Amino acid sequence: MDFRLNGEQKDIIAAAKEFATGEFLDRAQEFDRNESFDQDIWRKACELGFVGVFIPEAYDGAGYGFLEHSMITEEFWAVDPGIGQAVLSCTFGSEILILFGTEEQKQMVLPKLVAGEALIGTAITEPNAGSDPTGATTTAVKDGDSWVINGSKIFATNGDLADYMMLFCLTDPDNPSKHRRHSFILVPTDSEGYESSKLHGKLGIRASDTAELSLKDLRVPVENLVGREGEGFNELMAFFNRTRLHICAQGVGLARSAIEESIRHTKAREQFGAPLASFQNTQFKLAEMATRTRAARNLYYEAAWELDHGNIDHGLIAMAKWYSAENAVRCADAALQMHGGYGYIDEYKVQRLYRDAKILEIYEGTKEMEKTIVAGTLLR
Amino acid sequence: MNIIVCVKRVPLTQEVDLEIDESGKKIKEDALAYVINDWDNYAIEAAVQLQENLGGEVTAITIGSEDDEEVLRRALAMGADRAVRIDPGELVTDGYLDATILAKTISGLEYDLIFTGVQSEDRNTGMVGIMLAEQLGLAHAAVTNGIEAEEKAAKVFVELEGGIDEVSRIQLPALLTIQTGINEPRYVSIMGIRKAKKKELKVMTLDDLGFGAEALTPQTQIEEVFLPPETEGAEMIEGDAATIAETLIRIMGEKGVTV
Repeated sequence: MDFRLNGEQKDIIAAAKEFATGEFLDRAQEFDRNESFDQDIWRKACELGFVGVFIPEAYDGAGYGFLEHSMITEEFWAVDPGIGQAVLSCTFGSEILILFGTEEQKQMVLPKLVAGEALIGTAITEPNAGSDPTGATTTAVKDGDSWVINGSKIFATNGDLADYMMLFCLTDPDNPSKHRRHSFILVPTDSEGYESSKLHGKLGIRASDTAELSLKDLRVPVENLVGREGEGFNELMAFFNRTRLHICAQGVGLARSAIEESIRHTKAREQFGAPLASFQNTQFKLAEMATRTRAARNLYYEAAWELDHGNIDHGLIAMAKWYSAENAVRCADAALQMHGGYGYIDEYKVQRLYRDAKILEIYEGTKEMEKTIVAGTLLR
Repeated sequence: MNIIVCVKRVPLTQEVDLEIDESGKKIKEDALAYVINDWDNYAIEAAVQLQENLGGEVTAITIGSEDDEEVLRRALAMGADRAVRIDPGELVTDGYLDATILAKTISGLEYDLIFTGVQSEDRNTGMVGIMLAEQLGLAHAAVTNGIEAEEKAAKVFVELEGGIDEVSRIQLPALLTIQTGINEPRYVSIMGIRKAKKKELKVMTLDDLGFGAEALTPQTQIEEVFLPPETEGAEMIEGDAATIAETLIRIMGEKGVTV
């Protein structure tokens, strides 16, 4: 067993940290307040190769693993979660293409994602289908050489910005198995019948675009089916086994940031004639935060390393996801508490971290669903 | 235009409470994080820019342990063509020894320019570059904040006191110590990191360079290292601008400054 990172991994981490520190810090508060983003930052990140490092070299990617992608994610989120998400979510859906897409589909989309010429999103959740995606009713019907898609999606990351959207559609409603009814269809967002409206008023990660989609008689060629017809649910699970890893990394990055802010503040702030950091209550809290954050990182390092070596451990990935998300929420809460009244003001980063953290326990599988998966591996 | 850049990994000391070790002659460095010396980052960028415009090769050199290769990999990722690490083994070097070891290493290489940072963030002596030029018998310019290279010469901008620039022509080969702000160092890119993996990183020992043990005696002895004593807090001057100005002039007068 060797816990050391190789030189290349250390260099990737250092480069990601340097870029995020240089480009994110001055803009984070502005984007958070205005629910805005500057796409030039994403373009710059693409130019430097930080976006989609897991995409194979054959499609202009770096051909690294999900571990390296997660390392970049952790560093970006440690500087600012909202911008980290706005930059790195632009490949969300490429994992499905890599796993199940045809050669033509991969050639058409993947190189553009790496080059910063296109964004992809994936829309699964619907007003009446969240943790149970088999309830999705957005329907795709074959009509000659086309799929005709009707329905609506909600909370679609980059729904308003993406050039391509991977839609989770009901294609075989009468199949006796609810796990055989859906399929993924790749949709260019300039197709007639695709309408998106940006959602406002998010609690956190406000630099990142989230939209509601309305799909009316949207037609794409039958070749735009990704993977196998009726296999959408299983493909979705395979997709989540990749993307949940970078959620873990997001949680670890956010928790690190909460710890850094706490250390800085409690060393500088004096009460009762001594720095807050000299009180045992503060010290125990910091020790717990650091321990749990380290544990969360080790969980995702292991899960990602196993995945990159061809061993997909569904239960381990689920453990890493809920644990690192919950830890991020706890650390942000503890950090705000240590800041007292200052932490309640948005000029202090901990306020943003507190708001940004919560989504981690919700998106790409709520922590309850993750625990259901873990329990499933224990009780089978 | 072949360029050699001398780089160094230094402890990150900002926002850190430094401690002196038991010997009283050293800072405790174990728990510190390390980064590239800021000046050297600008030196690498300056070298890579010249190489991109004029062709030739950039070689990055450091003296240090395997951990210090991090700064060489950085230089390679930024565009340097090859790197050399001199492993000093157990030898603890000072500025003079660094210059001596670098001189011996470089004397076997082809070059038009040698860049070093003006100084290093750890020792801040600012002497290695100049001593290196002396040992190699080269012309040098210190605190360079602009370079326009030609065939056999370079126009060099050097920072003097009071924000004045001195412009001169220097015959090549020459050594320049590079000031921060001379350019905007690029970010290390993922592509750069992948390319760096394929570039040569040569490791040499002092034996490889042909040093006998007696040749390497430090010329500096540190007697004591201490933290600056804590002084009284600053005096805050309050009032409107005129009152503040008046008070300032009075205080400066009391301290012997004629205004």
